[in-house]
Amino acid sequence: MNGSLLFQAFIYLAAAVIAVPIAKRLGLGSVLGYLLAGVVIGPFMLGFVGQEGEDVMHFAEFGVVMMLFVVGLELEPSLLWRLRQPILGLGGLQVLVTSLVFAGLGMAFGLAWQEAVAIGMTLSLSSTAIVLQSLAERGLLKTEGGQSAFAVLLFQDIAVIPMLALFPLLAAGGSAAAEHHDDGHASTTLIASLPPWAQTLAVIGAVAAIIVFGRFLVRPALSAIAQTRLRELFTAAALLLVIGIALLMSAVGLSPALGTFLAGVVLANSEYRHELESDIDPFKGLLLGLFFIAVGASIDFGLLFAQPLLIAGLVVAIIAIKFAILFGLARSFRLSLDQSALVAFSLPQVGEFAFVLFSFARQEGVLTAALTDPLVAAVALSMALTPLLLVINERFVQPRFGTRAAEARPADAIDEENAVLIVGFGSFGATVGRLLKANNIRTTVLDIDSDRVDLLRKLGLKVYYGDASRHDLLASAGADHAKILVIALDTPEKTMNLVHTAQKHFPHLTIYARAFDWNDAQDLVRAGVDHVYRESVDTALRMGAEVMQTMGFRAYQARRATQTFLHHDEQSMHELVAHRDDQAAYLTTARRRIADLEQLLLADLADADLDRDAGWDPDSLREEIRQQAGLSA
Amino acid sequence: MARVLVLFAHPALEKSRVNRRLLKALPKLPGLTFHDLYEQYPSFHINVAYEQALLTSHDTIIVQHPLYWYSVPPLLKQWMDLVLEHGWAYGLRGEALRGKQIFLVTTVGGPASSYTHEGFQKHTLRDFLLPIEQTTRLCRMHYLPPYVIYGTHRLNEDDLVREAVAYRRLLEWVHNHQLPFDGSATQSYATMNEAMAALAPEVMV
Repeated sequence: MNGSLLFQAFIYLAAAVIAVPIAKRLGLGSVLGYLLAGVVIGPFMLGFVGQEGEDVMHFAEFGVVMMLFVVGLELEPSLLWRLRQPILGLGGLQVLVTSLVFAGLGMAFGLAWQEAVAIGMTLSLSSTAIVLQSLAERGLLKTEGGQSAFAVLLFQDIAVIPMLALFPLLAAGGSAAAEHHDDGHASTTLIASLPPWAQTLAVIGAVAAIIVFGRFLVRPALSAIAQTRLRELFTAAALLLVIGIALLMSAVGLSPALGTFLAGVVLANSEYRHELESDIDPFKGLLLGLFFIAVGASIDFGLLFAQPLLIAGLVVAIIAIKFAILFGLARSFRLSLDQSALVAFSLPQVGEFAFVLFSFARQEGVLTAALTDPLVAAVALSMALTPLLLVINERFVQPRFGTRAAEARPADAIDEENAVLIVGFGSFGATVGRLLKANNIRTTVLDIDSDRVDLLRKLGLKVYYGDASRHDLLASAGADHAKILVIALDTPEKTMNLVHTAQKHFPHLTIYARAFDWNDAQDLVRAGVDHVYRESVDTALRMGAEVMQTMGFRAYQARRATQTFLHHDEQSMHELVAHRDDQAAYLTTARRRIADLEQLLLADLADADLDRDAGWDPDSLREEIRQQAGLSA
Repeated sequence: MARVLVLFAHPALEKSRVNRRLLKALPKLPGLTFHDLYEQYPSFHINVAYEQALLTSHDTIIVQHPLYWYSVPPLLKQWMDLVLEHGWAYGLRGEALRGKQIFLVTTVGGPASSYTHEGFQKHTLRDFLLPIEQTTRLCRMHYLPPYVIYGTHRLNEDDLVREAVAYRRLLEWVHNHQLPFDGSATQSYATMNEAMAALAPEVMV
């Protein structure tokens, strides 16, 4: 193949740009799209990329490092501290039990114990990249199952370090640690020649350095850089920070991903958190995409076709065993059925560290190529299957929990027919619901946060768990007899989906929908929703009124002004909806926003009557009286 | 046929005994418009243009309200302040309401006997509502005597039924009986109730 960098970049980007939107359209998630793109351009189909795949993968693994930095930024230290039990307990047990089971199986199949242990430890790991990306994309990271999955992944990241240290000992020769490894995960240690106590000290020193450095040096440094007002310089600083930490951690033999995660946590409270996040995000996304493509391209279809049964058997066995252990552990840690299923469906693949560990094990002479090659193929396939498993979980498994819970309490459906359905009980929906409850209006709530559902059920509310855009769930929640559907979901997409479902299956429902901005408010109005509430309007107007007051307006004048403005604003929106042609749909969201804002400002200018209340304004009366009295104006 | 607008102002209809019954008795007639001010403008933000158009398109205006502290509920006062604009309702060029007939339908807690110069309240109800009367005069409208339901605290179920029927008859009378309803004949009576009993005994039970 043409080896030029630009050509390579073109192939990778083209594959991603074509495959990912298709996969997203089909509801499969971006990860599967990248993986399929990798398969297509890989050596076994189009052959655009070939041997360099593995190098690309090592390079792209830096995306994982960046991802953990971003994850760390979103995780405040207090939250991390609360996760200590799942990290050590659930994560520790998962690695231990899975390693032992696979090692036992390996020995049962006649492997030497050293080989079996190496394989067992390797297979116990899961893919941080695929799992976090997939969960984040589905908005599941903040659920209890998502947090547990994250805790397990975090422990695995830590566990890699002792594993790498253990492999040389498992080697028949049991000789020196490998110095010839360059994947950046470990082992390129500058401190390998130091005595053990000094190594330990260096590791502790490095971690302490990150914490102290992050707390006392990075903030003032970032503040100084921010003051230059050069955006790209801030990006450069963010990259410098991540790469520097990765290098430092590699130097002392720790996982760079772990180091940047730690740095992220340290900076989670800082005022630059969001800037750092948005600067690193595109790099992270691209590198991860590249990484997934490389995984797809590295699937050895030659080997797969040569030994289809062996590979398929391996994949099924690995996934089934890991699934069973994960599910069992999650249940024993008191996770509910649905959240346990989420953990088990998320983590049963083998992670990207396996590629590193297997090649490391081969170099160390622990394992032979005859053994690792089928395993590497199985690992890649198990990763490729993860997004599919999550789709299965989402479409076929999770729905059962919602309806089953409802069936378990059939009395609900009989004893009261609530006229109002509230979908989404976050802060918005909860405020609506509480107001209604305070005024004795009975409501039925649908939510997908199982913790919240449990709590609300305990408090005696009628709550259904599940994805409300499924019409059967709406039906079991009593949509046939309800009058009003309150949609308080947290994204415009989910809202629109539900609107379509409700209009199709329950046309008698009056829909009250929460909207986010002009754009989706207009979309909702166009979709035929009469009651659309932009979530920030009232708050913004109240704030504006108080600013007016501070600027010297009388309180009631400011209040009247906001009332008039709200009326005018609503009217403008409906006019805009009527005038907007379909071409606007092709404008990007950002362009549409600007175009809308322009229309709005023009409308504000045209409607000079915004300050009316002429009845309280004696000007015209005074003029008339003075004229009659023959006075000049 | 007179086009009749019932302007209704009650801040707590859900707590009302009498007005709720009166509203239930409202006949559905073409040309009779019921307009619930507190329902339309809970935040007192009155759409002036809309209200003016509504007034323009009717001949007889009935303002139905409970009496609070010898006056109308506050939204009705706000409505007067903002809708009856200078240059539209009054003033040199304020001709929009000229010739329209207007009367109040007022529910009153105290008995009729107390609203006399000798009675407990020292004034008649029409005296108390003089600011409204003069307002309508400034707007060049014909102010007719009020339709009053006195002693609302003492009304029992039978009384309520009777009042509701009477109110319906009143509205039908105003809407149908004379084309258009000519209020001048009612002027010599203290209340619309008495006027109706004298002028249209056939519609009373």
